[in-house]
Amino acid sequence: MGRITLDHVAKRFGDLAVIPEINLDIADGEFAVFVGPSGCGKSTLLRLIAGLEDTTSGKIAIDGADVTPLPPAKRGLAMVFQSYALYPHMSVYGNIAFPLKMGGQDKAEIDRKVRGAAGILNLTQYLDRKPRQLSGGQRQRVAIGRAIVREPKAFLFDEPLSNLDAALRVNMRLEITELHQTLKTTMIYVTHDQVEAMTMADKIVVLNAGRIEQVGSPLELYRSPANLFVAGFIGSPKMNLIEGAEAEKRGATTFGVRPEHIRVSRDNGDWVGTVGVAEHLGSDTFLHVQADGVGPLTVRTEGEAGLSHGDRAYMTPDPARVHRFDANGKAMR
Amino acid sequence: MARAVSSRHRLVFTVLGWAVGLLIFFPILWTVITSFKSEGEAIASPPSFVFFHWTTENYVEVQARSDYFRHFANSVVISVGSTLIALVIAIPAAWAMAFAPTPRTKDVLMWMLSTKMMPPVGVLVPMYLLFRDTGLLDTRTGLTGLMTLVNLPIVIWMLFTYFKEIPGDILEAARMDGAPLRKEIIHVLAPMAVPGIASTLLLTVILAWNEAFWTLNLSAANAAPLTAFIASYSSPEGLFWAKLSAASTLAIAPILVLGWFSQKRLVRGLTFGAVK
Repeated sequence: MGRITLDHVAKRFGDLAVIPEINLDIADGEFAVFVGPSGCGKSTLLRLIAGLEDTTSGKIAIDGADVTPLPPAKRGLAMVFQSYALYPHMSVYGNIAFPLKMGGQDKAEIDRKVRGAAGILNLTQYLDRKPRQLSGGQRQRVAIGRAIVREPKAFLFDEPLSNLDAALRVNMRLEITELHQTLKTTMIYVTHDQVEAMTMADKIVVLNAGRIEQVGSPLELYRSPANLFVAGFIGSPKMNLIEGAEAEKRGATTFGVRPEHIRVSRDNGDWVGTVGVAEHLGSDTFLHVQADGVGPLTVRTEGEAGLSHGDRAYMTPDPARVHRFDANGKAMR
Repeated sequence: MARAVSSRHRLVFTVLGWAVGLLIFFPILWTVITSFKSEGEAIASPPSFVFFHWTTENYVEVQARSDYFRHFANSVVISVGSTLIALVIAIPAAWAMAFAPTPRTKDVLMWMLSTKMMPPVGVLVPMYLLFRDTGLLDTRTGLTGLMTLVNLPIVIWMLFTYFKEIPGDILEAARMDGAPLRKEIIHVLAPMAVPGIASTLLLTVILAWNEAFWTLNLSAANAAPLTAFIASYSSPEGLFWAKLSAASTLAIAPILVLGWFSQKRLVRGLTFGAVK
């Protein structure tokens, strides 16, 4: 009941075409993530779906019904904002109850639903507090609670974890994923963080300058990026993209290999280079190597590698995990 | 401490501050003191400050001669009435300008404020004729309506600056929660803007209360507010300083009291826009 379809949707601000044209299908119950660099149009796209902005052209349909002319209130969607957007003059109870009040439901029903949502989100003991008395994570949960009680056809998340510290972000990520598994409602999630995208999504939509670069599951995008942009965007650290002689040898303009798919050795390998910076994370070590005749490479080794600045190292890319791109940046299969 | 201020510095500036404050307050202080003197002492030279025969005869005579409470009631009706009506008009207007601006919005705002730059005497004659021909001369309705329009640009401007401080996404959240525009303004915007609305309300009431030009020219006996009350004591017969002072004190007392109790809000209201 939460199937969303975008049909030739475009958005222009004056002469600027923020979204030239997008066609997209999101299935019922799917967790779709819109990911891309700043300014790629992902938030604009979300706001178009929400109804907070009008499309310049194109149709948006929810469960087959055209919602393009409808205002946000009538689309049956709920949104969680990056800044939480809680009502500061209302208590937590008031915030969560507000959409139900707007829907004209009776007091007993409102009370039941508010307490239900508060229970799911561990907010029951905070119901009387005002937003300014809550921590960031608690405020985010109130915002989610306010969305849940609407029992919407789909949830829209606009970079909800950007304002939280790293540890809290990891926890909230898990909570949202669990929520999705409990409620089984369609969720559209916007983020610039590809780690969030990879860990949470059923389907990732990679956007760049208002265009869809690729749509697919996280592992599909990881294993088979369709073009240079997706290859460089998904995966951290970035995929090594090499041009020149090495690429031509493999019949491509550019060829790419991920840091984790290069084997490092002190003795032998296809390439040799000098180690520059070595980043020790404990579980992994990332070596930034200047490879002779190839260029700068990032290489991952497991555990604590013995190599450090100035050492010579040999590297061999795994031939099964190499990606080739033509002159237009498209992947060659 | 980023900057060290010596205690001598502080003393100098404290004295200076008090001096400036007393200087500004002096006319009011003098008026109040004069109101308790007899007419003879009021014009005596050199003037006496504290050591004279204090009397309340001026207040008695002022009230007996012209009905203070009728003028007071007129002032209240005109200033409070015009402010409330202006608020009802200005809140939606400021909402539109703050949250749904068009390329013309800035021009409209500037144009509205520009109407305050013209000296009112420039339109005195047409306004008088308009009031006379429509039967609005010397009516509370006429004066209230006029005060509403005179202060409307300021009310809209102040509310606009307050509304701009409110994060737009809270209103968007209300929209997503199913609130139609009317409820968005009543349940979400207005409660959040209460400090701004309160400051605007106070300032506008004070402006309307003190407005002398229109109230003097367009009222006679029925709708005359306190401004006319004071003016009636500067007559061709001569200036009755003591009675004039008593009348003035009676006229400004209510607004002084209001200002005293709301001074925090007023200061916040007037300086808020400056810190951004």
